Amino acid sequence: MKLITFAGPPSSGKTSVIIKLIEAMAVDVSQIGVVKFDCLTSFDNLRYEEMGVRVETGFSGKLCPDHFFVSNIEAAVEWGLKCGFNTLISESAGLCNRCSPYVQGILAVCVIDNLSGVNTPRKIGPMLKMADIVVVTKGDIVSQAEREVFAFNIRQVNTSARIIFVNGITGQGASLLARHLQGAREINSLRDMKLRFTTPAAVCSYCTGEMRIGAEYQMGTMKRMEFKDR
Amino acid sequence: MSPEKYLEMAIAMPLNQILAEHPICRDFFMNLRLTDLDWNLPLMQALDRTDQDAINEFCLDRGMILREFSLFLETFSKVATDAAAIRSLTIIGGHGKSGEPEMPRWTARVGEIVSIVGPTGSGKSRLLADIECLADADTPTGRRIHIDGREVSEKQRFDMEGKMVAQLSQNMNFVMDLTVREFLEMHAGSRMTRDAEHAIARCFDCANDLAGEKFTSDTKVTQLSGGQSRALMIADTAFMSSSPVVLIDEIENAGIDRRQAIKLLAQKEKIVFISTHDPLLALSADKRIVIRNGGISRIIETTSEEKNCLDAIEKLDTTLLRLRNQLRHGYEITMHTVTGEE
Repeated sequence: MKLITFAGPPSSGKTSVIIKLIEAMAVDVSQIGVVKFDCLTSFDNLRYEEMGVRVETGFSGKLCPDHFFVSNIEAAVEWGLKCGFNTLISESAGLCNRCSPYVQGILAVCVIDNLSGVNTPRKIGPMLKMADIVVVTKGDIVSQAEREVFAFNIRQVNTSARIIFVNGITGQGASLLARHLQGAREINSLRDMKLRFTTPAAVCSYCTGEMRIGAEYQMGTMKRMEFKDR
Repeated sequence: MSPEKYLEMAIAMPLNQILAEHPICRDFFMNLRLTDLDWNLPLMQALDRTDQDAINEFCLDRGMILREFSLFLETFSKVATDAAAIRSLTIIGGHGKSGEPEMPRWTARVGEIVSIVGPTGSGKSRLLADIECLADADTPTGRRIHIDGREVSEKQRFDMEGKMVAQLSQNMNFVMDLTVREFLEMHAGSRMTRDAEHAIARCFDCANDLAGEKFTSDTKVTQLSGGQSRALMIADTAFMSSSPVVLIDEIENAGIDRRQAIKLLAQKEKIVFISTHDPLLALSADKRIVIRNGGISRIIETTSEEKNCLDAIEKLDTTLLRLRNQLRHGYEITMHTVTGEE
């Protein structure tokens, strides 16, 4: 089974791109499974089910989504193998610009959209920097110049990734993406494989439910800002 | 230059010397929040004197930064010399909506303007889309696109990353909160344009020539009128974009000099395809593709009689523009407004 990990900021068009990708793959949809990692609520499962694709959704709830991803992706792969999929796609929303649910040796796709601001690629961090393929969406509604500057800013952060423009509504570009993904490696398990980037560290009193503000309530890993005097 | 040379440069050369040669490198350090390095030192020495915790937050160490920096140098020196010139684009016919075959093969050459006409829903945008993705019998029409008489290989397809084709449609807007000048500077910066100042000035002047109403360089791009935005996009595509193929989907007639705009693009060694219902634009082109029921039914070379009609059509167009302006400014329309007599 091939595993492909998709990540990207909320509302960048991950689900639309994956749906157009599955259509472009032109295979029996029963061979494809999707695992959606989300935070609190998600309605995207309905869109997958509509096209007959099996989907499992997990909610990180009060946990860091990255920690949630890494502690569940192995079981997701086992589920995919049990279901007899040829391809398993994981989809996760990067919420803190630091999320990077990518595994070494597993094809990693980052989806970002042209509307998110031209400097956004420079701020997203490992989710973009560590990706093998960067899919850019919503290019049909911004100017050519902005598309070019956007792609240039992606290139600054990730000099080696392939950049592919996909229209999540018409599916333009999805077949090129499908061809790129054919090279994904076959796996039987994720055991002992490693993430590409560390997950955010936070073992502090607020992790365990503290809500009060003040130095005396703060324990564990903390980082304080420096405010300069004039 | 070989990758090793870039690595050597990153190791030995003081940073401010590299920055002077490649100003774009400033962005590399900004992206890593390394803004107060000692720029008189080479990279490794400068990194020695900086806060290691800050570097660690990016999961990097000095060696990794060095490697990434030399890759960055290599990548962006390439961009500057990247020339994507092509000579021709060939459409190898597929079929229409009912499966009937269309014309077998047709080639457009650099400097040519080709209009695409046909009823709404006939498949004009589909043809533009086929060109955009350099179709390889993998779209509903079964068309194939060849460049310079040859098939586009899988590798070329992946390498081009959408740089072959620039697009312009009336759905496109500016979303950046920048002034016209900042916008052009930003685009010139990303193109690593050699003589940026000059290119920006020409682009701005040209956009103003094309636009009906003038605008200043400190206007926000988001505040430009429809016609002004379109004029700026066209001038920008002509002077700043390197894409050799330009696809235009229905530019509205909002007060820009459309004939001049299209000519400008063709002069820039580009192949221009323009889907339109506008007689002025359609006949300004050298050739026009007629689409019927999803397929290319005919290709017409603009006749000399048609070319001769252009002046008369332009007069009609001016009349309509005058009527529009009168209405816009709250005047009443008289027979004199229609005939243009005072």
